[in-house]
Amino acid sequence: MPHDAHPTVDTTTPAQRAFALEAALKKKHLIPEGYIEGFKDLLGRQFSPANGAQVVARAWTDPAYRELLLRDGTAACAEYGFTGPQGEYIVAIEDTPTVKNVIVCSLCSCTNWPVLGLPPEWYKGFEYRARLVREGRTVLRELGTELPDNVTVRVWDTSAETRYLVLPMRPAGTGHMDEAQLRQLVTKDVLIGVALPRVA
Amino acid sequence: MDGFHDLGGFQGFGKVPHTINSLDYQKVFKEDWEHLGYCLLFLGAAHLQKFSIDEVRHAVERIDVRQHVGTRYYERYVIAVATLLVETGVLTQQELDEALGSPFKLANPAHSPGRAALAGRAPFEVGDRVVVRGEYFSGHIRCPAYVRGKQGVVLHRTTEKWPFPDAIGHGDATAEHQPTYHVQFSARDLWGSAADDGLVVVDLFESYLDKVPADGTAAAPAERRPAAQTVAA
Repeated sequence: MPHDAHPTVDTTTPAQRAFALEAALKKKHLIPEGYIEGFKDLLGRQFSPANGAQVVARAWTDPAYRELLLRDGTAACAEYGFTGPQGEYIVAIEDTPTVKNVIVCSLCSCTNWPVLGLPPEWYKGFEYRARLVREGRTVLRELGTELPDNVTVRVWDTSAETRYLVLPMRPAGTGHMDEAQLRQLVTKDVLIGVALPRVA
Repeated sequence: MDGFHDLGGFQGFGKVPHTINSLDYQKVFKEDWEHLGYCLLFLGAAHLQKFSIDEVRHAVERIDVRQHVGTRYYERYVIAVATLLVETGVLTQQELDEALGSPFKLANPAHSPGRAALAGRAPFEVGDRVVVRGEYFSGHIRCPAYVRGKQGVVLHRTTEKWPFPDAIGHGDATAEHQPTYHVQFSARDLWGSAADDGLVVVDLFESYLDKVPADGTAAAPAERRPAAQTVAA
């Protein structure tokens, strides 16, 4: 048979391959009972941006906690149990009137899972990974966040073990809000840094 | 590894398919197989202890480029985990093919056996000016190519140490543990005027860096003049 110069074209679907891998492991009894279900629940439900919102709202209202969060993000998040796989060395990065911080992982998808939840599709997509480091301001504008000229965009590329969360500035007009109300302003995109907290 | 995965600064992509605060993320796994990528990754890494997370990243990088471009995110992790389970002898290619009823295309073999960390050097301090070593390495590396040879300033040295990715990413369990550094670069230093005016912070292992001597820096590279505007509008 002549050597085929073309790469093998795989006509199977992603679902077929995923279930085939699972079936091959099951056949050898290598998957413990409940292992996949338990992990799916941890990743898909327990890891949530509501966790990060709790951390940020507390930092906005409790100066001692804010100081801890910026000095030792891991300890601050561990107070709530918000650590775990892909959230073992946590650094909070602080927005200022002249610096807007934004997180990416240009090489794959690294994200602070326990605090932000699993990364959304667009964060893992080629467009965001390729463009944010080079055209941060432009990408933010396209996503819907326009920044004043005097604000510098600082992009954090998650290339090792540090897992970040953005600590945004508390918006004006929120002086009357309690911690529970403030949490509602801290969305997943605010924690990633592509959005600013907005008072409705 | 100078592969397609190293996307930082790559041009030609369109808009990020997202509008801020869209709630699409709330359905974490969009299809009924998607959780298997990560769940089986942790089965192999944490439960069976057959490979590290670094090796999973490397296996994703080893997926044939044409396949990589055409696959979806979780699909690449299924391929990477399947590849590592075959390479570590947990499964055979034949068992995968039989389960699929078709050839199960795995990632390509590694191009390098890996490399050891640079040991025995003094750590860097916050505020130090450092340069990313101008090295080319065919194996796994957690240094995006866009900072290779570039200078930046240390903002943070981690208080923990981790196994050197270029070694553990190839299965070397004896990999030296090193701190990493948050190094800040100017986007204009990385891509000249073909970048927005901003800052980029990269989290780099100690072995990727050298300190820039205080007595001066390397000569600035010659400036390239713009092409002559000879074509009439």
